[in-house]
Amino acid sequence: MKEKLHQIKEKYKGKKMAPAFNAIHTFLYSPNETTHSGSHVRSADDLKRTMNTVIMALVPCLLFGIFNAGYQHYSAINGFPAEFSLFEHFLTWENFWLGAITVLPIVIVSYGVGLAIEFIFAVIKGHEVEEGYLVTGMLVPLIVPVDTPLWMLAVAVAFGVVIGKEVFGGTGMNILNPALTIRAFLFFAYPTWMSGDKVWVHGAKDGITQAGSADAISGETVLGYLAQGNTEFTYSLSDMFYGFIPGSVGETSTLLILLGGLFLIFSKIASWRIMLSAVIGSLAMGLIFNGIVAAEWIPEYSKFYGLMNFEYWQHLLVGGLAFGIVFMATDPVTGSQTNRGKWIYGFLIGFMSVMIRVFNPGYPEGVFLAILLMNVFAPTIDHYVVRGNIKRRMKRLKTATIHPKVTDGVEALKTETV
Amino acid sequence: MSKDIRIKKGLNINLIGAAEQTTSKAVLSNVYALNLDDFHGITPKMFVKQGAEVKAGEPLFFNKNREDMLFVSPVSGELVEIVRGARRKILTLKILADKTQEYVNHKIVDVEKSDAESIRSFLLQSGGWPFIKQRPYDIIANPEATPKAIFISGYTTAPLAADANYVLNGKEAELQAAITALGKLTPGKVHVSVGSESNSPLEKLDGITLHKVSGPHPAGLVGTQINKIDPINKGEVAWTITPQDLVILGELFLTGKFNAERTIALGGSIVKAPKYYTTKIGAEISTFLYASGVNEDKFRLINGDVLTGSKTHPEGYLGFYNNTVTAIPEGDDYEFFGWNKPIFNKISSTRALTFSWMQPNKKYDLDTNTNGEHRAFVVTGRYEDVFPLDIYPLQLLKACMVKDLDEMEQLGLYEVAPEDFSLTEFICISKQPHQQIIREGLDLLHQEIG
Repeated sequence: MKEKLHQIKEKYKGKKMAPAFNAIHTFLYSPNETTHSGSHVRSADDLKRTMNTVIMALVPCLLFGIFNAGYQHYSAINGFPAEFSLFEHFLTWENFWLGAITVLPIVIVSYGVGLAIEFIFAVIKGHEVEEGYLVTGMLVPLIVPVDTPLWMLAVAVAFGVVIGKEVFGGTGMNILNPALTIRAFLFFAYPTWMSGDKVWVHGAKDGITQAGSADAISGETVLGYLAQGNTEFTYSLSDMFYGFIPGSVGETSTLLILLGGLFLIFSKIASWRIMLSAVIGSLAMGLIFNGIVAAEWIPEYSKFYGLMNFEYWQHLLVGGLAFGIVFMATDPVTGSQTNRGKWIYGFLIGFMSVMIRVFNPGYPEGVFLAILLMNVFAPTIDHYVVRGNIKRRMKRLKTATIHPKVTDGVEALKTETV
Repeated sequence: MSKDIRIKKGLNINLIGAAEQTTSKAVLSNVYALNLDDFHGITPKMFVKQGAEVKAGEPLFFNKNREDMLFVSPVSGELVEIVRGARRKILTLKILADKTQEYVNHKIVDVEKSDAESIRSFLLQSGGWPFIKQRPYDIIANPEATPKAIFISGYTTAPLAADANYVLNGKEAELQAAITALGKLTPGKVHVSVGSESNSPLEKLDGITLHKVSGPHPAGLVGTQINKIDPINKGEVAWTITPQDLVILGELFLTGKFNAERTIALGGSIVKAPKYYTTKIGAEISTFLYASGVNEDKFRLINGDVLTGSKTHPEGYLGFYNNTVTAIPEGDDYEFFGWNKPIFNKISSTRALTFSWMQPNKKYDLDTNTNGEHRAFVVTGRYEDVFPLDIYPLQLLKACMVKDLDEMEQLGLYEVAPEDFSLTEFICISKQPHQQIIREGLDLLHQEIG
């Protein structure tokens, strides 16, 4: 097999379809390429390994999302179990099967459409297929509601990959996070479908009714419930932390996201600076809102009261904030590239996420908008951080000792001030 | 006076096949050669014709832009071949060595009493000048410029490189002569750095500012030390020279002879008995490579260390500036699912199912496989972990790639040489050719600004 593939590769070298073949070939075998210039040895990591590590961190979230899709569906119909048991009520074949038939098609469409576009662009432009989409394709199913129609998703993925990434030159060149561009496209192109309380639990859109009643099931997220001015909710803190709540497929389990984040930090793939500062940023904004409520600057009938009153640290447990901080904000291409910039960038993401979440009239979630906004500002942040380095260099230049050329015939030492 | 420099950022690349500290005399080479690629940016003009008899130290060619900068023959013999490439560019000069070596005898210079001008012209005429390199641009020093300081690194951190302490042993007199002479060429200091726990012959020299350096590679690179001691500003010039070349200069001052002999380290996992050899600049590598023996027929032979050296072959010749020759396995093979399975036998700067972080002192047998394909820059923040200079490496590389002269200047291109980016190149996840990017950036800047 190794020999055969090598022969095919040599035969089609330089042909139009070569990148498409190479993408599959290098997927099976890491290439036989050797160093030509510079260092003769290279470290073991490549982009595939980097991307693969992120995917490994995402797999638990996906599996949880599959079970949760089933759990939320059946619980909405039959009511939540009074005595919750993980194995009896959550990790069941019934839940898994329903989750699998609703979630896996989303994964397949996301990868299928996205990778097809990547391959087409690689063949047209004659470069290798880059690995960026491996992670994007995995992120997309995890940040969309479970009942997202597949055709909408396909359109959004096509838009996100072409406009969000390929027009800028492909992986490494894009300004906006492609997965979030896809999410934003879904949100703004199909607002009636994508917001509200009907899309988060499978079947709610089709008007499936609760058992023993004529009411249609509702799958409201915690944030949606709070945004309507409610202050009390039915989910316990541990439900929110473990993730037994409605929401986008992969974003509900704060525990698994936390473990994924720790794995990414340990493996040095994602920036701990961004994660930490984003957490600090969101806590800061949450505290400010809590403070406003405590100071009674806002009346109880205000439509922002419910979310403002929400305990500051619990913002991290609900909605997409934790997922966004760990997996989206840390995208190295669209985030800040300097270490100091990463602190500012992360802090503002956390800060803005909670702010947008509370003040968003249509849809009580802000993390994807906050990250897209900061994606746009990341180069500006970097610019000023790098300016700091340049300024230091310019300052040093004032004390430069520039000696005259020997041919000038001047032996005296001249200190030039610029 | 000694000042300590502690480097924290970096990465030691421990490889199998470090040269054992015993020195053998290499078999005499029949043919010696100068590879003109070693002299970056020099356009040669031949002094002698093919077939001419030359003595050791007799000029072969000069720098077209500076006629008094001479490049001399390492041995006496007959100039048997001038190898030319495209557009008749001279690539290699081959000299068939005489049985008995004859040297050009220069008038001995008393370094204590000579002034800068006479030392300068002596070095230019005797062929010693090309050993002195300058920053900015990492080229042979411009004799017209006066350097603000001279930097010499006696601390070895590069993988499998010749240990400066070992090869300099017993050369104190030569070193002192060279230091005294070079010290006259600068109104500034001569900065010499040694390992913090070493017992280097460089420590006892007069007329130097001593620095004790500790930390992982690239702490031993002179560029790192310049950045920590006295970084180069726009318009400033600093000179660098390796301690081994100081020995040749020292002998030139003391005896008036250009003696191209040097002790080199032969290492790498391919070499059966890695150790040190005394040989001469331009000697055929096969004269000592096969004395130590090789394990395999197919391997990568490197003139220099694995991070900065240039590719050669057993019939190739020891480079002008090299004191290390390394042989490592070629890695031109596929690896099944090489991108996702756990890796135990390769060095990595991450922990993404790579386990080199668990055994920082383990010695590895790395081959020349790139371990992945060339990609656009994606990951950020990784280079900074191994790049101790006060420079933004990624931003500088990008400035060089888009040929933005202002950015290149402001981000500190004047301070660096390609070798400073060898470690970032090693860990680069996108497998970008950092050293080549920096070299092209430096050439462009040199050409445009001068």
